[in-house]
Amino acid sequence: MYTSKVMDHFMNPRNVGELEQADGIGEVGNPVCGDIMHIEIKVNDNKIEDIKFKTFGCAAAIATSSMVTELVKGKTLEEAEQVTNRLVAEALDGLPPQKMHCSNLAADALHQAIQNYYRKGGANE
Amino acid sequence: MMKVYMDHSATTPIHDQVLKAMIPYLNDRFGNPSSVYSLGQEARQAVEQARSQVAALINSPAGDIIFTGGGTEADNQALIGYALSNQDKGRHIIVSAVEHHAVLETAQFLAKHGFDLTIVPVDNQGTVHPDYLREAMRPDTILVSIMHGNNEVGTIQPIQELAEIAHQGGAVFHTDAVQTIGKIPVDVKSLNVDMLSLSSHKIYGPKGVGCLYVRKGIRLSSFIHGGGQERHRRAGTENVPGIVGLGCAAEIAQQEMAQESKRLHHLATKLADGILQSIPDTYLTGHPHNRIPGHVSVCFKYVEGESILLMLDHMGVMASSGSACTSGSLEPSHVLLAMGFPHEIAHGSLRLTLGKGNSEEQVNYVLETLPPIIERLRAMSPLK
Repeated sequence: MYTSKVMDHFMNPRNVGELEQADGIGEVGNPVCGDIMHIEIKVNDNKIEDIKFKTFGCAAAIATSSMVTELVKGKTLEEAEQVTNRLVAEALDGLPPQKMHCSNLAADALHQAIQNYYRKGGANE
Repeated sequence: MMKVYMDHSATTPIHDQVLKAMIPYLNDRFGNPSSVYSLGQEARQAVEQARSQVAALINSPAGDIIFTGGGTEADNQALIGYALSNQDKGRHIIVSAVEHHAVLETAQFLAKHGFDLTIVPVDNQGTVHPDYLREAMRPDTILVSIMHGNNEVGTIQPIQELAEIAHQGGAVFHTDAVQTIGKIPVDVKSLNVDMLSLSSHKIYGPKGVGCLYVRKGIRLSSFIHGGGQERHRRAGTENVPGIVGLGCAAEIAQQEMAQESKRLHHLATKLADGILQSIPDTYLTGHPHNRIPGHVSVCFKYVEGESILLMLDHMGVMASSGSACTSGSLEPSHVLLAMGFPHEIAHGSLRLTLGKGNSEEQVNYVLETLPPIIERLRAMSPLK
């Protein structure tokens, strides 16, 4: 059902938790559909210096959250904005078809966190 | 690592004696029961012996048993067969909101084809109250189908009373007893049911075989056409090895039920109590007492079922859940939703169903293994 990469990121998720002081916060999904992804970023010099996530959901939801944090940590905000849900799924060697929509929202949560950072005027700090 | 299979409501391993009884019919006793020569007649005899064994388990005349290709087929046969051949009496059908999909979706299929369907609700413990059924009955109600024991939450329905209400209103009563057979006494006479479905692979028999009890005098049109087998009520060459296996499994179930159910009840009580004591924000789902022996179903707040199952599997524990991801749809269990659980709690359901292979040691292992898994997933969850 799941690739070994998905299982690895599910059993050993990277960057779980919350930041002491987040510069941007994003959250997508809702408890009704069974998936919520919460992502926090710390930005320094236009780069994602640190990133943490918390996710309620199935293995695919947790693995995609973990993978997106790994993909963008240390990257510039522009690079991070290029990361799509599809790219995250590809980095995990694919997801079962029924998981592509409901549980593959981690990149959306990341983009929200970046938007949140911009809105707070973070870029002018 | 310890391997713990706790999903006996999904399926059970085949009993050694059952397998042994089946092998000759997969081998040199391969005859077709419809053939006149002795090889065929040997197979015929084996099928009829199995019919008596199953009949004995549910206290029915052997002639009232129709062998089918499983519990789902038996449910389809009961609902579609009865509805089609009795539509001159009325076109209204009643089922409960917590039925297995084999009944629920068959009833919805009939509704699409011109029958009226009422789905009666359940209370928050999953029980269909007799009053709910009384209110749903109409003069044109021909058939009521309410399951004996619920597969997801274990609640046992007051079948006797419900059947009485159906009969008073002039309808016949079908029950899906797939989950209760071999676990609690199922007697078609004392339950007062007209039709009853059961399946072999839930009682340590082979998959792909089950049966429908149809009380003598009930008009039921054939559902699978193309031969005179099963007294023209189920065409197709009999699955002789499967039927022999079901018969043998039924006989063993009857012998072992009283003692085994007591043992399973003890283990399940220990497991459920242990989970509720060691893990906060956890609910037992289903009726607290009136439930299938060995059936434990719980919901954990803030975590999702599939994640729990995969982490349990990693520790050697096999169980199931009614979360959306495991139900094969975007919705969590229709049973938990019908009982009034909100979506987010229904997503965190876990079902552990015990059986022959489970020991006290295994229960202790699950009680050690489960709390850290829930704790770990909760630490990862943004909900609180």
